[in-house]
Amino acid sequence: MPFAKRARRIFRRARFLLCLATVAAAFGCTRHEPPADLVIINNVEPESLDPAVIVAQADMRIVSGMFEGLTRLEPVEARAVPGLAERWDISPDGKIYTFHLRTNLLWSTGEPITSADVVYSWIRALDPKTACRYVEQLYYLKNAEDFNAGKITNADLVGVSAPDKYTVRAELKAPTAFFIDLCAFQTLAVVPRQTIEKYGDHWLRAKPLPVSGAFELVSWRLNDKIRLKKNPYYWDATNTQSEIIDLLPVGSPTTALNLYERGQADVVWDKELIPSSLVDVLLKRPDFHKFNYLGTYFVRFNVTKKPFDDPRVRQALALAVDKERITKRITRAGEQPAENLVPPGTQNYHSPPGLGHDPDRARKLLAEAGYPGGNGFPRFEYLFNASPIHEKIAVELQQMWRDELGIDMELRQMETQVFWGMQQRLEYQMSKSSWAGDYNDANTFLGMFVTGGGNNETGWSNPRYDELIAAANNELDVAKREKLFQQAETILVHDDAPIIPLYVYLGISYFDTNKVAGIWPNVLDDHPLQSLRKIKPNK
Amino acid sequence: MYFIRRILFAIPLLLVISALAFTLVHLAPGGPFDSERKPASPIVEQNIKAKYHLDEPVWKQYGRYLGDLLHGDFGASLKYQNHSINDIIAQGLPVSMLLGGLAFCIAIGVGIPLGFLAAVRRGGWQDYGGSFAALLAVCVPSFVIAPFLILIFAMKLKWLPVGLWITPWHMVLPSITLGAYFIGKVARILREGMLEAAQSEFVTAARAKGLGETALLLKHALRIALLPVVSYSGPMLADLLTGSFVVENIFQIPGIGVFLVNSSLNLDYTVVVSLSLLYAILLIGLNLAVDFAYTLMDPRVKYE
Repeated sequence: MPFAKRARRIFRRARFLLCLATVAAAFGCTRHEPPADLVIINNVEPESLDPAVIVAQADMRIVSGMFEGLTRLEPVEARAVPGLAERWDISPDGKIYTFHLRTNLLWSTGEPITSADVVYSWIRALDPKTACRYVEQLYYLKNAEDFNAGKITNADLVGVSAPDKYTVRAELKAPTAFFIDLCAFQTLAVVPRQTIEKYGDHWLRAKPLPVSGAFELVSWRLNDKIRLKKNPYYWDATNTQSEIIDLLPVGSPTTALNLYERGQADVVWDKELIPSSLVDVLLKRPDFHKFNYLGTYFVRFNVTKKPFDDPRVRQALALAVDKERITKRITRAGEQPAENLVPPGTQNYHSPPGLGHDPDRARKLLAEAGYPGGNGFPRFEYLFNASPIHEKIAVELQQMWRDELGIDMELRQMETQVFWGMQQRLEYQMSKSSWAGDYNDANTFLGMFVTGGGNNETGWSNPRYDELIAAANNELDVAKREKLFQQAETILVHDDAPIIPLYVYLGISYFDTNKVAGIWPNVLDDHPLQSLRKIKPNK
Repeated sequence: MYFIRRILFAIPLLLVISALAFTLVHLAPGGPFDSERKPASPIVEQNIKAKYHLDEPVWKQYGRYLGDLLHGDFGASLKYQNHSINDIIAQGLPVSMLLGGLAFCIAIGVGIPLGFLAAVRRGGWQDYGGSFAALLAVCVPSFVIAPFLILIFAMKLKWLPVGLWITPWHMVLPSITLGAYFIGKVARILREGMLEAAQSEFVTAARAKGLGETALLLKHALRIALLPVVSYSGPMLADLLTGSFVVENIFQIPGIGVFLVNSSLNLDYTVVVSLSLLYAILLIGLNLAVDFAYTLMDPRVKYE
């Protein structure tokens, strides 16, 4: 059978060639690119780089380097400072902001950026078709909410306009003390109209991609890396410290640590990227940095269902929790136990006293509510998403409530995506929660618990609370505004207690301060890419 | 004829697979846009759903998906909105295929000699040593092997990088990790095949004719013993080429394996269905290739 013989030989050769080809491909796939000035590990692959689409903080860190708003955050304390706008006037009633753009603004492709681009970007985010998930950041503008809801279709009625090429006029519903901070938020960043209209959803893959910020996008390979290069046309380009920055999408803390230790990355800047089992050891090293962060870990009650419809029960459970035990035994990075939702360090605000730890009072309250010694207390479920920390905290809470109050809690772990849906639909009795501030103001925390608020997710409603929040946001006087917020927070964490704050998050990043400069610890954990610099060793 | 029939039969099979994947993933609780931050108003939620046609009945969505597929378009990812699925596959599959190909080479290159040696020196230390190593390679999962290799070769000896996918040096540890299981598997299959072949009549006959032991084992026994390895190669290659979630994750490799797992966690409907289809196509195709290889290698096998 000459054919079969030949075929067999061919087959054997084919396998040999396959192996050879694979090895050759391995060498052929070697990429030849100039090395980056700085390599940063930035948590998982960004969902998008479109300012109107992103929701995750890691994504925003990249996008803020590419697209800038009327203001931007300075790197040291993350306060809003002039960005594309060089100055602004505020009307005496605090409702009309007139922004004056810099006259030397250019897209990275060389065309001028004008006030029309700002108006387009805001209206685009508000357009129902864009389906922007963070759109509430623009609801402070007059008629913005109605436009987003499709009740108004004429974009001219929305409170933003361009009286001339270099002026943007924003008309607000109410005086909004943090509006300048919001202007630095990614949803309000300025994006290129022509490119978006031409390429639709894939506009970010356009080449060239016009950007308004300090860096241009060179390449974006999924789960591989994002490479940014200095934008020479950026208005403040002379102060951009690095030419090329690589951002690696790494979600595994161990991999991040390994890459860093081996020198394959210079900076790891996400608190989730430190292996939790090593946190206490690593934080002793000089290249591991921790700092206060505007984020709180807390527990939500579903107040629409028994037994948590009774505020005394909720208070009792809150009083029985020894929060220090959680931070000392589980989180172990030196977090502060929290009595309040608003973290310390929030601008112009100091929280009122919360409930504290008082098991005796807890037992008394529980007895008053009809469950002396926990007798007759229905079994209930604690819902949390899969993560070792959440699980350990759930177990600790379960034990504390059993020991102190004699009540039994069951644990229910869910996939993260499913967990969020269940929390939103109130398909839970008690659930793990956390919140990080979008901007440095008490409203980013307290505002979410107003009646029917999108992120309330407890079913809780208190008209007095709603009034106080509304009044605070209409108040121009800083001290009076603080008083109003304090009264509201007392209702939230002391009187009605639809939530139990557990601890304040810490920001954690790691990089060698002798090798990398331009990262300062700040409460928003925000570090503009343009100020990052690798320190060249002295020769 | 036989092969043409099989290819034709694969088409309805793929349709069934895609329909099943589509229904199952839609039945899973939650949705792709559930997240920590709820949209500001129900309108925003509606807008998102309308944009991706998630407000339509499932059968209609499936029809739309199939329609796009006929044009060679897998559609858009719901999670990674700036990337089409074609994009995701185009970027990830070559990387996974390269990694899988390297692991395949290692599996064959190390597994066959190991199994051969164990069978030839049956009962000797080579057999016990080789069989033990093969057993170990099969039993120890890659999430144990990988950190172990990283610790020794990357962190302590500093010979190789701990991760990323840039030069051939970056590919060494992941390929070994991924290949280890298959080395063990191939070695064990080959050893058994060899032992069986050694007892068969044609080997006895050849030996009686005075054929040298080396020629006997290499030319006659090995050829028969390789057949089970070949039939195992098909599913093995399909497994290897579509990437490994664990290996890609640990070594930070931009392959398709990570998407295969993460898309179902993220309920990225379109990606789940597309990647399931891709995997099915590879599996069917490679099994077909194996059967074809069989006809070439074994004169006893004929397909009508």
